[in-house]
Amino acid sequence: MGYIDAESVRKTVRDLCIQACTVLPDDVLSALRRSRDAEGKSLAGDIMDMLLENAEIAAGEKVPICQDTGLVHVFLDLGRDVTMKGDLFQAVVEGVALGYTEGYLRKSVVDDPLFDRVNTKDNSPPVIHLELVPGSDLTITVMPKGTGSENMSRLAMLTPAAGPEGVKRFVLDTVKNAGANACPPMIVGVGVGGMMDKAAYLAKRALLRRIGERNPDDRVAALETELLREINELGIGPAGLGGSTTALWVAIETYPTHIGALPVAVNLQCHAARRATAVLRPESVSCEWDLPKRDALNGKGGGKDER
Amino acid sequence: MSADSRAIAPEHPQSVHRHAASAQSSSWAGAKEIRMPFDDETLKAVAELRAGDKALLYGTMYTARDAAHKRIVNALSEGKPLPFEVAGQVIYYAGPCPAPPGKAIGSLGPTTSGRMDPYAPILMANGLKGMVGKGERSQEVKDAIVKHGAVYFVAVGGAGALLSRTVTEATVVAYPELGPEAVYRLQVSGFPVVVGIDSRGNDVYIRN
Repeated sequence: MGYIDAESVRKTVRDLCIQACTVLPDDVLSALRRSRDAEGKSLAGDIMDMLLENAEIAAGEKVPICQDTGLVHVFLDLGRDVTMKGDLFQAVVEGVALGYTEGYLRKSVVDDPLFDRVNTKDNSPPVIHLELVPGSDLTITVMPKGTGSENMSRLAMLTPAAGPEGVKRFVLDTVKNAGANACPPMIVGVGVGGMMDKAAYLAKRALLRRIGERNPDDRVAALETELLREINELGIGPAGLGGSTTALWVAIETYPTHIGALPVAVNLQCHAARRATAVLRPESVSCEWDLPKRDALNGKGGGKDER
Repeated sequence: MSADSRAIAPEHPQSVHRHAASAQSSSWAGAKEIRMPFDDETLKAVAELRAGDKALLYGTMYTARDAAHKRIVNALSEGKPLPFEVAGQVIYYAGPCPAPPGKAIGSLGPTTSGRMDPYAPILMANGLKGMVGKGERSQEVKDAIVKHGAVYFVAVGGAGALLSRTVTEATVVAYPELGPEAVYRLQVSGFPVVVGIDSRGNDVYIRN
């Protein structure tokens, strides 16, 4: 039986970091184009034009879309039948360091958050999330996340009485409070259930969903649609300067919770919604720059695609 | 190389980069042109700007974000020399990506201005006339803008690749050890902004 070696992981993560920071995913680009058309002739429309022109320059010149090339999140979906040769986590850390150094990406990580705050100089370490999934592939998704949107993300430990209305209100308040700081038009990732850590993780994972892909549960999908409409009625608009495009998409992920709990996390993502994915198989690497199927997220089956 | 190895290629930003000027976004064609630093004539033009106006910036501005602000304000309070003469100048809240070969600077868009709110009034009291960033400002900052006849410009967050094309020259003038948080002196040509808070205290983010 074959194996996946640490060296291919390292090289792949390096390439994914550079790809993610410079080339906006297709679904995000299409959503920006649709929103641009909706804004017509206005300052909002001019800003959307600027964002589209910016994405074109970045991809064409292989320069970062945004200077905040973020703290890297690496999602590892490791097939149960995969045999790894070498240290998987170390390979990921080294891949990030290589990508950020060789790709002229900004190093935005400080070593000690409380006291010294000294830059690590290579953007390591990333935040790594490992999940075991069926099969013999290793799917690696890199998501560089900037602080503009991350600092405006929120978590609330609601009580069951709050219900879906309480969740909606909290999401809307979070977006309103974020305003221009989160670099709208944003993508809103919502995690509901589990306890505080699980809700936050689900919210982040929700941001990996392609724009247009809804939650397979019809009631959750309806809540996503409702929230997207109400967020866009807030009038915050592109760059927070007014307009009808405040969010490009809302994605909600859920998980069972305690009888006394209703945790909800809102993870905001800016319009530079960067991510890149590769699938590694024993002795083969296929960089699709594309997303894993939704069933890899929660073991819940595929989502409905309504792009 | 180990996971702890943090010194693969320490950043040594070249002290001077030069690059040919390139055109700004066409959506800003016809916007008011503002020269930096502000002389008396420019200050008159700045006083005429209103929140929501588009403008194109030309000339010199300095980058500074969280760590640099802390150091500059500490230097002020201790009576130590500043990395640049603040009077009449414009500070851009930004930290660039490293310059790839052949470019003056890497991507360079604005960071969230609110984090610099505790420092901005002190700098304006010392002559700072302009700030460029993104997002809302505190009442204290607005009051200082009105008091000192300054202006707050908003740049479009996440448009760093496009904005960096207007930078013709970038020089590290202080705190190189801070990496992306070092103070850079930038020469810009047609840097597109929207007036965020004008000298009368009107705020583009407050919509009726």
